[in-house]
This record gives sequence, C-alpha cells and structure tokens, in this order.
Amino acid sequence: MAQLIKGETGDWEIVIGMEVHAQIIAQSKLFSGASCQFGAAPNSQVSTVDAAMPGMLPVLNGHCVAQAVRTGLGLNAKINHYSVFERKNYFYPDLPQGYQISQFLHPIVGEGKIEIDLPDGTVKEIGITRLHLEQDAGKSLHDQHPRKSYVDLNRSGCALMEIVSEPDLRGPEEAAAYLAKLRMILRYLETCDGNMEEGSMRADVNISVRRPGAPYGTRCEIKNVNSVKAVQAAIEYESRRQVDLIEDGKTITQETRLWDPNKGETRSMRSKEEAHDYRYFPDPDLLPLEIDDAMIDKIRDSLPELPDQKKHRFMETYGLGLYDAGVLITERARADYFETTANDRDPKMAANWVINELLGILNKNAIAITDSPISAAKLGGLIDLIADNTISGKIAKDVFAEMYETGKDAAAIVDEKGLKQVTDTGAIEKIIDEVLAENPDNVAAYKGGKDKLFGFFVGQVMKKTQGKANPAAVNDILKAKLD
Amino acid sequence: MTELTKLTIAEALTGLEKKDFSAVELTQAHIDMMEKARHLNAFITETPDLALTQAAASDQRRADGQAGALDGIPLAIKDLFCTKGVRTTASSHMLENFTPTYESTVTEKLFADGAVMLGKTALDEFAMGSSNTTSYFGNVINPWRRDSDPATDLVPGGSSGGSAAALAARLCMGSTGTDTGGSIRQPASFCGVVGIKPTYGRCSRWGIVSFASSLDQAGMFARTIEDSALLLKSASGFDPKDSTSAQKDVPDWPTMLESGVKGRKIGVPKEYNVDGMPAEISKLWQRGIDWLKEAGAEIVDVSLPHTKYALPTYYIIAPAEASSNLARYDGVRYGLRVEGEDLTDTYEKTRAAGFGEEVKRRIMIGTYVLSAGYYDAYYIKAQKIRRLILQDFEKAFEQCDALLTPTAPSSAFAIGENEDDPIKMYLNDVFTVPASLAGLPGLSVPAGLSENGLPLGLQVIGKAWDEQTVLQVGRAIEQAASFTAMPQLNMQKAA
Repeated sequence: MAQLIKGETGDWEIVIGMEVHAQIIAQSKLFSGASCQFGAAPNSQVSTVDAAMPGMLPVLNGHCVAQAVRTGLGLNAKINHYSVFERKNYFYPDLPQGYQISQFLHPIVGEGKIEIDLPDGTVKEIGITRLHLEQDAGKSLHDQHPRKSYVDLNRSGCALMEIVSEPDLRGPEEAAAYLAKLRMILRYLETCDGNMEEGSMRADVNISVRRPGAPYGTRCEIKNVNSVKAVQAAIEYESRRQVDLIEDGKTITQETRLWDPNKGETRSMRSKEEAHDYRYFPDPDLLPLEIDDAMIDKIRDSLPELPDQKKHRFMETYGLGLYDAGVLITERARADYFETTANDRDPKMAANWVINELLGILNKNAIAITDSPISAAKLGGLIDLIADNTISGKIAKDVFAEMYETGKDAAAIVDEKGLKQVTDTGAIEKIIDEVLAENPDNVAAYKGGKDKLFGFFVGQVMKKTQGKANPAAVNDILKAKLD
Repeated sequence: MTELTKLTIAEALTGLEKKDFSAVELTQAHIDMMEKARHLNAFITETPDLALTQAAASDQRRADGQAGALDGIPLAIKDLFCTKGVRTTASSHMLENFTPTYESTVTEKLFADGAVMLGKTALDEFAMGSSNTTSYFGNVINPWRRDSDPATDLVPGGSSGGSAAALAARLCMGSTGTDTGGSIRQPASFCGVVGIKPTYGRCSRWGIVSFASSLDQAGMFARTIEDSALLLKSASGFDPKDSTSAQKDVPDWPTMLESGVKGRKIGVPKEYNVDGMPAEISKLWQRGIDWLKEAGAEIVDVSLPHTKYALPTYYIIAPAEASSNLARYDGVRYGLRVEGEDLTDTYEKTRAAGFGEEVKRRIMIGTYVLSAGYYDAYYIKAQKIRRLILQDFEKAFEQCDALLTPTAPSSAFAIGENEDDPIKMYLNDVFTVPASLAGLPGLSVPAGLSENGLPLGLQVIGKAWDEQTVLQVGRAIEQAASFTAMPQLNMQKAA
C-alpha cells in the first residue's frame, strides 16, 4: 500500500530506509562490567573503562555477541563467522574515548528479511541490510544549568545493535508497521525491550522521493525521531518538503536533518560536505571476532517461535482470522495467555474473550497481561461454564467483572451468587405461565400480530429468574405457548 | 655508591635470604643513591616513603617464611604504568596531576612477588621518542659520558630512558619499560644494561597508558640476563582484562639460561647492514657473531627483504593508533583542562597546552593517514607491508633459531643532537622497529664500549613466544663479552 504524494506535476513515491538502534538486554556493558540498568543516578554506573581512564582496555561481553546472533537469526539473516570492531573517531563530551567502538566493514550479521503486516490486511517483505554491534554514547544534558552542560556516562558503553533496512518502505504506515514488527521480534527474542520512551530503541529515518518506478532520489537522514508517531509525522513532513522543493525546480541536498517534535518540522543539521570524517580503523585493542557454527546452531536451537510463525500457526491450528491472530501474537505473553485459555476449548470463543473482554479491561486500566488479575486458567474456567450451559454468555460478563475485581474462580462466584442457569423446563414453564397470566393484554396484542412483544415476554421471564433462565429454553417454551 | 647498590637482583635475593642485610637497608641504599643522582632527572616522582613501607613489609614476609620471588627488590617503574595512589604522568603536562585509582597488571604482579617501588621514571612524552628529550619534566641525563668530552650530557635513549638511566646509575636494581618500536632495547644499549621486550601479548597492557596498542609491550631492564629473566617471569602471563594478552604458560626462564648455544643456528640478516653504519657498530656486530661461533653456534646468512620499509610502516601505524588512543585526553573528565570560549575552544586550548611538539606531530600524522581518501594509500598499505615484514621473519626462522643484529645504529648522542630533523631521530629505531611490527621478542645485551667509552648493545630477536632462546643467546653473549664497565657516575651536573 504504497502511499503516493500528489504533487503539482504528478505523483511521487516516498522511499524510506531505517536505521534502528536497539539496546541489548544484558547485565553489563559491551566492553566493561558496569551495569546498564535504566534510571540509575547519573554517573553511578561507570567503570574506569567507560570513563576512558588512561590504560583501560575493552573486553568483549560474550552475552552481547550471543544476543546479536540471536537477533540476526530472528531477522532471518546471515550470521558472519568473522567480524571486526572498528573505531569511529570523533570528539564529544559524552564520548569519553574520543571514539565509538563499532563495526564497519565487517558486521556480525549480514542480509536478512522480515514480514510487515499492513493495515489493509496485506503482508510485505522488507530487506535487512545488516546488523552490527556498537557502543552507546553517554548522555549530554543541556537543560540542567543556564550556562553549563552536564554529562551522564551511565549509558556510555552499553551495547547497541544497529539494524539497517533496505530502502524498501514506501510510506509512513509501512515505516510504522516495520518498527512495530521489529520491536515485536526483539521482544520475542528478549534481546531488546523495544522501549522507545526510555531510548532503548531509537530510529534514524532515511527519506527520498521519486517518480514511481524512477531511480532513487537524493536522501536525507532524519534524526531525533523518538516514537512511532514521530517517525510517521517526520516522514509526512519531510517527503512533502522534498516534493515541494523539486517541484519548485530546486534540488535536494544530501544532509542530516533533525526532527523538531514541537514545531513538527525537520531542519538541517549538517550537509554531506560538513559530515564528519570518522577515520574508521580496526580497534587494535580487540581481536577480530570469530563465531563458529556450533555457537550459531546452539543459539538457533534456543530460539522461541517467532511472531510470524506463531501468527500462521494460530490461523491454521485454531482457525482464527488474520486480524485476531495478529492481535494475539503482538506480545509473547499475550499469545501464551491465549493458548492456555484456548486449551481444549473453543479457540474462537477463547480468542473473543481474550481480545474483547480481557484486553479491553486491561488496556483501560493500563495493566500488562502478565499482571492480569484473571489468570488464563481462570478465564478458561469461565468459558467452560458457558460451554456446558451452567451460565449464559450474558451472566458470564457479570461473572468476568467479579473475577477481575476479586480474582476468584468463576465457579465459586456462580455458586456464591446462585447464578447457575435454570435449565429445568418445568420451572421455566411455571414462570412463563405466571408471566402470561400477569399480562393478558400483551398476550392478546401479540396474538393480534404484534410480534415484537415476544422480546417483552422473554425480558419478563429473565427478570423473574434474575437472568438465570436458559435463554434457548425460554424461547422454545414461549413460542410453544404463544403460537 | 654502596656495596648494596652494586649487587645483581639474584645476589641481593641470596643476601636477603641469608639475612646479610634487610630489604629496608637495601631500599635505603638505593634511596640514598637517588638523592645523590637527582640531577640525572631519571625520576618524575620518587616514592621513598612508600618504598620503605613496602621494604619493611617485605622483611616481615621473609621473617614469616612467605617471601615472594622478588621480595624486597627495589625497582623503578616507568611512569607509563598506572600505579594506584601514585601520580602517573606519561611525562606529559596533560597528566601532570593524574593519580590513578588502579594498579597496572604488570606492576600488580611485580608487587605481588614482593618488589618494592622506588618511584616513577621519566620517559619521552607518551613514550614517543628515542632520546627522552620530549618529556614535559625535562631531559634525562645518561650517567655515561664520552671519554673525550665528559662535559657533554648525553641522552639515555628512549622512550624508557629514565628507567635505563636509573638502573645504569645504580638507583634501582631493575626497572620496567615499554617498547613500541625500540623503547626498551635502544635505551638499554645506550645505558649499558640488559633490556628485554617479550613477545606481543606476553605481558598485559592493562593499566599501561596506551601509545600504539598493536605495538606496545611491557618489558624489563636489568643488569644481567638472569635478573631480566627473573623480572620478566614475574611480570608475564595471561590477563583476562587485556584482549590481546595471550593464554600461554610462562616458562621458568631463570632456570633455563645456561644451556649454551652449541648447535643453535643464529641468523644474521644482511639488510641490517645499513648505509652509513658506523664502523664500530659493524665491528661490534662481527665480534658478537664470532663469540657465538666460538660458543658452538652455527651462523646463517638470512634475508629480511622488507626491512627498509619497516620505519615508514611503523611511522604510519604507530601514529595512526596514537591519534585515536590520545583522543581521550580532552580536558573533560581528568587531566589538564584549559577553559575556552566554548567546547571546541576548550578542546583546542587543552590539547594545545597539554601535548608537546612530538606528540602533536604524531597525532597529526596519524589523523592524516586515517583520513578519508588517504586511508587506503597509507594505513591499509602499511598494514599489508607489516604482514610482509612478519612473513620475512617467519621465513628467516625456518633457517635459524634466533637473529643477531646491532641494537641501535650509534652510541648515546648528546642532548640536542638529532633534534633538528625528526626523521634523523626516527632512524634510531631502524633495527628495533621490524621486530616490534612483527610482535617478536627482542633483547639488547651490553656487548662492548664505543671508541669514546660508551656502551653498545647487541640485539637478539627470537621467534614468537621463544623468549627462552632469546635469553639463552643473550646469556652466551653476556658471558663472552664480560661487560663490566660502569658509568663514571659524575655526580656533578656537567656545565
């Protein structure tokens, strides 16, 4: 669903490639033993290596390497047996070494691909160019003092994966879908928490425009886009800006631009000519990284079922539609919850209860499914009571609300409150007789052709039984008596 | 000079064990010498109080029967090794007031074996130099003087010149050095002491202020081969904190020295016969060849065809790495800061004031060779030549067990000489740089005196991880040369 821009002179296609920085979930930093926990007091998680004290040397964190390989496998990518850490040299106060240790010519992960799910129900394949490991920089704080800038080195040296996509994305929706799917995969793999608000996942967006089918145009790289919404807004703005420029007879200059979320616009940061010369060269403090097949196979064997695999299985095994399957696989915990609930039960009924009732109330209260007051087994218990006609679907919703409040079993609530459905046709018949006797006028009206009054009689019966009468039985008996 | 400062480490260990004297007495004797020889400017920071405390603790350990391999031996530490709680300057204004909170692995190991630290010795700034004239803390003076011209102060060589001079002047019993292109071997030759640079990866680089990471290697100065083996054994070994340190067992070198060289093949590389080499150096080299022949070794002519490219290669790779390694000295977190108008101005003022001329020159060369458009022509090309130089050595070692060469193309020169032209200064390293580029162990052993009465060293280069043969060949030369000359130790500063 490529989104075309209508210009004065015709249609334009937006071409987008993404560079996503994902912070690796790890106990310690990429090259030091300091913690990378978010939210600690400034400069409380800084080793002498992170602060680049004289004579300090980096030692590669094996867990981070495994996490990168794991992510590469999750992106269906080629794992490179040989990769090299290089130094990217530039001066900035939040970069203590004066260089960032990154990978340049030889990244740990090569080409891969992922599927993105678009709002119109279609699926598109997006190419992954590479994934490489690198150190994060510290954080410069410019708003703490009128004249001074402060530096927090807690983040300095934390492990990042830079995941670069091919220029396969064609508009804001696709970009958003790409980020959503990438985040989902990272979370499934438990290699990155995907939290854009805390900065553990950040995106740089490369944007250009062209006539549909024409060669690629000149691109601009947009930085500082810190949410999916910002990515979409930045693409909308920047693509329009480029089209307007070209249609005015001007040319696009390759440059890095900054997204200003307050003004809702991008502005020039530095041109290609002003671009840094990073003087990359292999870090002589580190040996080339060699990974053997045994390690890759071991990691591959430990991979969880990935979102797309799960989605396809849910559709095939449980007979769910694409939409329901897509909602249920969004988080691994949600999918697991569903599968426990659906175990030996009607999967569509389970899906409805999870999606419509459970997720509805959890979202309303901003509670994660892992903290749900109703466990999957208990929700299953409720569904069992509906399935065996102990309660009606309508009563079940009341029971569900009670379960959410108290955490009790559905059966216990039904017992306590005497909500068990009346299926005894004799008892129902007796009540129907009462209702008919009490409303002779309506009976006459019904018989005179006012069919709609049938609902009135059902309502009266339900009222007398506090909703416990089996609706099907009520219908049958009423029909027999009235017709 | 007291009798105690004339001892070798091996003799001192025997004396300590026999209770002929205490570690405190031994240390005090050296502290006294340091005071007398202060004009040599060998030390940037003296730590006599710390030394005496360590010596007293050593005496206690020995009394308790828990003495280590170097217990009570007073050493001088090159001021490039970070020492916990003791100022570590790298001879730079930039780190003039820097005191590490950590101990380098090498010094940690030496202290764990009971060594005593007398102080931190001067070096060329950030180890960049061959004369010790680039130190922010002033020149170091070689304790040796020319017979013909005793009034002229000579350089001790560099970069580990303070360590070599302190040892030659009997201010310590041994000292640490680092060698990137010859910084142990050349000053050892100039000061008439033994200097050994082991195989790259033998000693941990952790806690040593970096100059050029792929070349920097710690090593030792001592007065005898045996002493150098004792020190090196203590300082060597795998360190998980240094990714380039090797997981290799450390042989018991001190017990392996007397095997002789009978039947061993010693290679003589023809390319080291450089144009304009002084006759006395050629003569010394020939004498060394003859000694080894007499001791039963077989002399083999070998070729190291890429030798002539070694210096240019070194002066691309070492500055390239240095330009990046020294980026951390930016005035932000520690060390010198000169406040400027804004961030860039502060960087520029700090680095302009903090670094000396030679360091700036190398940072600029290094930045240039790594720049876009020049990287392939310089850095990549240099790395390819480095590989060829290594292959030269590997081929040569198919024919022989070790190589014998002069250590330096001259004896110690006067302070101020060679200063006009950096290239002339760089030529000092012509014989030592190739082994550094190849990561091979090299040793300089005093082999004789120049016509002017100055010490000259011969260099032994070995296969990777074969310090054993290097030491054995060095021992054979030591025995044949019976180098007993000592510096005149003029205790007055020359005019």
